[in-house]
Amino acid sequence: MDRTWNNKAWFLVLPVLLLVAFSAIIPLMTVVNYSVQDTFGNNVFFWVGVEWFEELLHSPRFWQALLRNLIFSAIILAIQIPLGVFIALNMPRRGWGVSVCLVLMALPLLIPWNVVGTIWQVFGRVDIGLLGYTLARLGINYNYVQDPLAAWVTVIVMDIWHWTSLVVLLCYAGLVSIPDAYFQAAKIDGASRWSVFRYIQLPKMNRVLLIAVLLRFMDSFMIYTEPFVVTGGGPGNETTFLSIDLVKMAIGQFDVGPAAAMSLVYFLIVLLVCWVFYTVMTNYGEESGR
Amino acid sequence: MNLSWMAWTLPTATFFIVIGLLIAGMAVWEYFSPGGHPRVGVLRFETTRGDRLFISLLGSGFIHLAWLGLVGPDLWWALALSLVYAFCVFRFV
Repeated sequence: MDRTWNNKAWFLVLPVLLLVAFSAIIPLMTVVNYSVQDTFGNNVFFWVGVEWFEELLHSPRFWQALLRNLIFSAIILAIQIPLGVFIALNMPRRGWGVSVCLVLMALPLLIPWNVVGTIWQVFGRVDIGLLGYTLARLGINYNYVQDPLAAWVTVIVMDIWHWTSLVVLLCYAGLVSIPDAYFQAAKIDGASRWSVFRYIQLPKMNRVLLIAVLLRFMDSFMIYTEPFVVTGGGPGNETTFLSIDLVKMAIGQFDVGPAAAMSLVYFLIVLLVCWVFYTVMTNYGEESGR
Repeated sequence: MNLSWMAWTLPTATFFIVIGLLIAGMAVWEYFSPGGHPRVGVLRFETTRGDRLFISLLGSGFIHLAWLGLVGPDLWWALALSLVYAFCVFRFV
């Protein structure tokens, strides 16, 4: 089919381009400028070349924060995706239960991140928090302020509580869009529950699952507010993820140059992962559309 | 307008001018040869000229970082390697 090309339509993109320039491109340019200079304030800068990048790439602090971030993302993906699929599969398809479940699932997503952090900070406290107090009464040594394992468990459980709903809602949307004819055919063939899931529901959910994995990976890889409120990156640096380390460096220590270099490396990693996911998603979409 | 807070330097300005010129060059290329020249290369999925420029720039960023971390601060060799990499991307991807 012949398409009509009208290049004047590109002018419609201009307002967005201006907005992006002010909110993203100009700040990014400034970060690049800061990453090759040092400053003591008052807009006085000294050229240092690639020194900050070199320092960063040889810094155990950076690699440890990156490793912690990757481990955190891997753990929450390994839990949230199967759990989200499981909950979505067991949600009602019709009746009053649908609305109740959807509202319940949407609730954690509506709570601001710093409030989620505060809820879990109080919830986990041994003296006044329900979780901390109950675990202490059961004889379990749980203290997220002192024990790295407890801190990790708290941060992971908090993220699961906050974000599994997103996976559930995406999977549920994928599931309800499957025509009934598929299930009727499976029933006639005497397909087991597992076969229905494996050969009908899972393939039909593939696209939303990819979106869920992408969103959850990016969110978890850039996580800041919740762990910062709960643990402040501690005990020690045990829950200091890249974003927390970055803020400590830029605002806490006012090391603007090294922080800018770290931001750019962080940005490159995020960009690479985004591109990989985007490519997989778009190519999958084209293949399944053929 | 006072832009001293942006702390511009000649090398960073040159960097952004080169990126801008590359994008402008792509626009000119697209004008004379519209369609983005999509093709399936060694990565086994379809890429356009824009995709190939993006892959080249992103890969060049990592090549420079890897050179800096593993070899040293003399980045001219990393730049040369990036140009070879970009050529290969535009030729085979």
